[in-house]
Amino acid sequence: MIDARATAEQRTYERTVLVDADALAATYPGARVPALSSVTFRVHSGERVAVLGPNGGGKSTLFRILTGELGSSYGTLELPRGRVALVPQTDRSRLDFPVSALDVALMGAVARLPWYRRPARSDRELARLSLARVGLAGEAGTSFGDLSGGQRQRVLVARALVQDARLLALDEPFSGLDTPSAELLEELLADLAAEGRGVLMATHDLEQAWAADLVLCLNRVQLAFGTPATALTREVIERTYGSAIVPIDGSRAVLPPHHHGADQSEPNPRGGFYRGGRAR
Amino acid sequence: MIDWLVSPLESEFVVRALGELLLLAVLAGTLGVWIVLRGMSYGAESLAHGMLPGLVLAALAGIPLAAGGLGGLVVAALAIALVGRVPRLDPDVAVSVIVTSLLGVGVLLALSPRTPAGLGALLFGDVLAVTDGDLLLTGAVCAATAAALALLHGGLLVVGFDPLGAGALGRGAGRYDAVLAVLLALATLAAVQALGSLLVVAMLVGPAATARLTCRRVGPMMITAGLIAAVSSVAGMYLSYYAETGAGASVACVIAAAYAVVLGARSAIDTARRRGGRGLLAPRGSEARA
Repeated sequence: MIDARATAEQRTYERTVLVDADALAATYPGARVPALSSVTFRVHSGERVAVLGPNGGGKSTLFRILTGELGSSYGTLELPRGRVALVPQTDRSRLDFPVSALDVALMGAVARLPWYRRPARSDRELARLSLARVGLAGEAGTSFGDLSGGQRQRVLVARALVQDARLLALDEPFSGLDTPSAELLEELLADLAAEGRGVLMATHDLEQAWAADLVLCLNRVQLAFGTPATALTREVIERTYGSAIVPIDGSRAVLPPHHHGADQSEPNPRGGFYRGGRAR
Repeated sequence: MIDWLVSPLESEFVVRALGELLLLAVLAGTLGVWIVLRGMSYGAESLAHGMLPGLVLAALAGIPLAAGGLGGLVVAALAIALVGRVPRLDPDVAVSVIVTSLLGVGVLLALSPRTPAGLGALLFGDVLAVTDGDLLLTGAVCAATAAALALLHGGLLVVGFDPLGAGALGRGAGRYDAVLAVLLALATLAAVQALGSLLVVAMLVGPAATARLTCRRVGPMMITAGLIAAVSSVAGMYLSYYAETGAGASVACVIAAAYAVVLGARSAIDTARRRGGRGLLAPRGSEARA
C-alpha cells in the first residue's frame, strides 16, 4: 500500500480547490424530505477522500449532484475545475453489450461533446493513452465483458480520464475485486492523486477510510468531515452505520452491508467483515 | 441457371418489390440493431399490431394507408398510456391487453365478409403491389433514420451500455429511447405496405437478433443485420416466385430460418467451449481473465 502522506509531500502540482460545497442539500423529484442535507466540504487537488455511509445514506446522491445529474435544492456548490467524472460499479453496466474496452473509454469523449458531434481521431488517441495510463494498453480491442472485474473497473477509470475530469468519483470501486486487482486499482488511484487529481471514493470499508487523506461521513446528513483521525470517532461511526455495529471477538466490527443484493454472493476480498480501526 | 435467376427479374413487380425490401434491409441493419440492443422488440411488435385498425379504416375510407396507420399508432399509444395508469396493473399486461384488443378489432374489420376483398393484405402486406410513392416514402424514412442514428451513435452507445449511469455522462436514456420510438413508428409505417401488420416485426427485429448472436461490436452487427435482411429478402422473393407462396411471408420465413440456424450453431459452439474446447473454439480474450 502506498502511504498517502508521503505522496502528498512529493507533490509537484499546484494545489487548487476542486470542490467547494457549502450547506448542500438535494431532494429527489416527488420526495418531501431531502435525500441528503448539510453537506459542507472542500477537496483540493491531490486529495483522496473516502465517502463513508450506509446504503441509502446519500453517497450516490452526492455523486449525482457533483456530476450535475441532480440539482441541489439548497446551499452552494463550486466546481472551479469543471464537472466531476463518475466511475460507476462495473456490475451495473451490461456485460453482454457489444463494445470493446476502447469503445467504453471513448464514451468519456462523448460526454464532453455536444450531442451531434462524433469523437474525433484525437479523442480516439486520448482514449488509447488513457487505457495505457490504467495499464490496459494491450486490452483496447478486448470486449468489455471479457475483462476481469478489476480490468473493467480500470477501463471505467480510463473513461473518466478521457472526460478530462480533475476529480473522479468512484462508487465502491473495490467491491467484488480480488486482492491483486484491488492492489492494482489502489496503486492507480494513488498515482492519479499524486499527479494532482482529486479522488472521491464511496465505500463501506472503514479500513479504506483510514487509508484515505480525508473522510466524509454521510447518513442522510453530513456527520463528519476531516482527516481519518479526527473524523472516525466511535460516535461518528455509530451514527454513520446506525445500529449495524456489533461487538465481534471483543473488538468493534461493522456488519457487511447487503448492497444491491448482489454483494451477498460475492465474498468480500478483505476477509468478510470490515473491522474498524484494526490496523491502528 | 442464369435463366432461373433472371426470369423473376423480368417482372416489374418483382423488381419493385426487391427495391422496397432492400430499402427495408437498411432499416433492419440500422434501426433494428438499436431496437434489439435497447430491448424494444416487444414495443416494436406492439406498435405494428396496434396500428392495424387504423390501417383497415384508412383502406375502407380510401385515404392513404400511412395516414390511417399514423392515426392507429396515436390511438394505440393513448390507450396504452391510459390503461398503464390503472393501479396494480403491470405495464406489460396493459400493453398486451390493448394491443391484442386492437389487433382483434383490426382482424375483425379486415376479414368481415362485407369489407371489400384485399384488406386481408393489411395483415400480411403485399410487397408486389408497392407503388412509386411507397418506395419514395421508404427511401425518405431510410435516409432520415440513417442520418439520425449516425448523429446519435455515441449517445446511443452510452445509453445502451449503462442506461442508469448514462445521466452522469450527460446522456439521459429517456430522450434516446423517445427518438428510437419515433423512428420505429416511422419505419413501421413505411414497411407496413410491403409486409403487413403481422410481418413488419420479422424484418425490423429478426436480422438484428440474428446478428446479435454472432457480433461483438455494434458496427459489424449493423452490417451483418443489413446483409442478413438483404439476402433473406432476395431468397424470400425467389422462394415466393418459384414455390408460389406469399412474398412477404416467404421473406419472413427465411429471416426466421436464418435466426434458427445461427442460434443452433451458436448453442453448439458454446456447448463445445464449456466442455473444455481449446484452440479455435476457445473464447476470445479468455487468456486476459485474471
